[in-house]
Amino acid sequence: MAATERHVRARHLPSARRRAAQPVQPPARSAALPPDPRNVIEFRDVSMHYDEGDIGLDHATFNVRRGEFVFLVGSTGSGKSTVMRMLIKEREPTSGTIRVAGRPMDEIDRRRIPYYRRNVGVVFQDFKLLPNRTVYDNVAYALSATGATRKDIRAKVPDILRLTGLSTKLHNYPDQLSGGEQQRVSVARAFVNHPPLLLADEPTGNLDPHTSLGIMQLLYRIYRAGTTVLVATHDSHMVDRMRRRVIELEGGRIIRDEATGLYAQREQSTEEFGDMLDSAYRDLGRS
Amino acid sequence: MRFGFFLREAGRSLRRNAVPSFAAMASVLVTMLVLGVFIPIVQATTGAANEVRGKVLVDVFLTTKATDADVERVRRTLTEDTRHVGNVEFVSKKDAYAEERKRNPEAYELLGSNPLPDTFRVTPDKPENIGALRDTLAPVTPSGERTVADPAIDEVKNRRDETTKILSATRVVKLSMAFLAILLVLASVLLISNTIRLSLFARRREVEVMKLVGATDWFIRWPFVIEGIIVGAMGGVMAILLLLVGKVAFIDPLKQDFSLIAAPETINFGLLIAVLLAASVAVSAAGSGLSLRRFLRV
Repeated sequence: MAATERHVRARHLPSARRRAAQPVQPPARSAALPPDPRNVIEFRDVSMHYDEGDIGLDHATFNVRRGEFVFLVGSTGSGKSTVMRMLIKEREPTSGTIRVAGRPMDEIDRRRIPYYRRNVGVVFQDFKLLPNRTVYDNVAYALSATGATRKDIRAKVPDILRLTGLSTKLHNYPDQLSGGEQQRVSVARAFVNHPPLLLADEPTGNLDPHTSLGIMQLLYRIYRAGTTVLVATHDSHMVDRMRRRVIELEGGRIIRDEATGLYAQREQSTEEFGDMLDSAYRDLGRS
Repeated sequence: MRFGFFLREAGRSLRRNAVPSFAAMASVLVTMLVLGVFIPIVQATTGAANEVRGKVLVDVFLTTKATDADVERVRRTLTEDTRHVGNVEFVSKKDAYAEERKRNPEAYELLGSNPLPDTFRVTPDKPENIGALRDTLAPVTPSGERTVADPAIDEVKNRRDETTKILSATRVVKLSMAFLAILLVLASVLLISNTIRLSLFARRREVEVMKLVGATDWFIRWPFVIEGIIVGAMGGVMAILLLLVGKVAFIDPLKQDFSLIAAPETINFGLLIAVLLAASVAVSAAGSGLSLRRFLRV
């Protein structure tokens, strides 16, 4: 009964974006909680070990609300890419539950993965464009893979390419474009289906600061249009400047989760922060 | 719409990957050419072997005192009551005498009378069954001697030495031909699938990207399969054209002179064409579709 009430209330809450500051649930206790419909992504005590024995992720618990813009930061090997890979179901967690849009990911069987991926746009550091197709065809392929008609494609592709500032490059091949332009194509491809969730794994890793800014602005515009955006990045400058929620990983563990964070951790130590979260959680439970 | 899209995709990748596609087509062409030559050869050889095997038979000698009624009774036993009987030929005393006298006139001149009995030449339904046939006509008693199935029968003989030799020789020919054929088919399938695999390997990144944007396995696979069908059909058609040229230029003129080439057992050319075309298309389409499986696991 209480659970139903909470669900109902959740639906009537104002949009998640305005609630910038939100409590983070401590790992151990949260494992038994029912899914919260406001969460687009839920990691509950998720661990992932690679076959070679390396730890990809170590008991990570976090939520991403609908319409949030979240930075995932940390040094290489801290588990950022592991999180991304699990979210596109390229890898399976060793233990724990991942829910996307309230649905546990281990319920999606192999045959349904393509349909799941259509609801998640992905942008990679190395762009992953199809080398022997033009800009237009690269974006069109993503649409036709979802079963769009030709009419649909003709209507949507020029639109999204205009949005990403590529109108003049329609018939160029990827190797005729600059890195920034290629990444714009890749963003256009990720967003052409208007997925509710957009993942970007080091989207600016190969780009100069100026070009990076352009890509980040593009991602920000997509977020402003109501899409949940999760960006894994090294780009401290960008994170500090945008002042969005920051989740920091180290050795597969979440060591920081701030509503409007900087790239580097400043005032608080990990323990203090954890205590703060605990008390915030307790307050929430009481109310 | 869907099919049109797959067809366009296949056409695009054929154009974009002209060299690997050409290599795949060439390997289809070569293997089909070899198969096209080999199939009639195998058939002609086994046909010849079968013809020789057809000469294996059992002689049933009747007693010299056998009456016409006896002969009729034995004939009925042979044609109706005995298993493994293929063909029964009656050689009467007179016929046998005439035949033998033609072969050796002086000896029979000397002999004066006709010592030869009436004989049935019985061909078994299959050459391998000759032993069983003989055992039915002349069962072996527990003491190890041979009796006869009918009092009018004097003796049942197969031409032993000849028979075993023919059977083992033709068996060797058939087995080695079958072995060669299997080897050849296996080699062709491996060659084609390897070439296809190579051309797919060059495109595995492409497949990975397709999977990441949410394309289903079959959405990715169909263009590859259609590409395989096109490549296979093109290779097959070219092989058939070359075979046709070879047939018209060499085999047909020789047919008048050499009976082996004109042997009726060899496959009809139209059927051969159909088999080769179907095989080349099936192998290369299946090869593309199956080789892709490894790259689809993303």
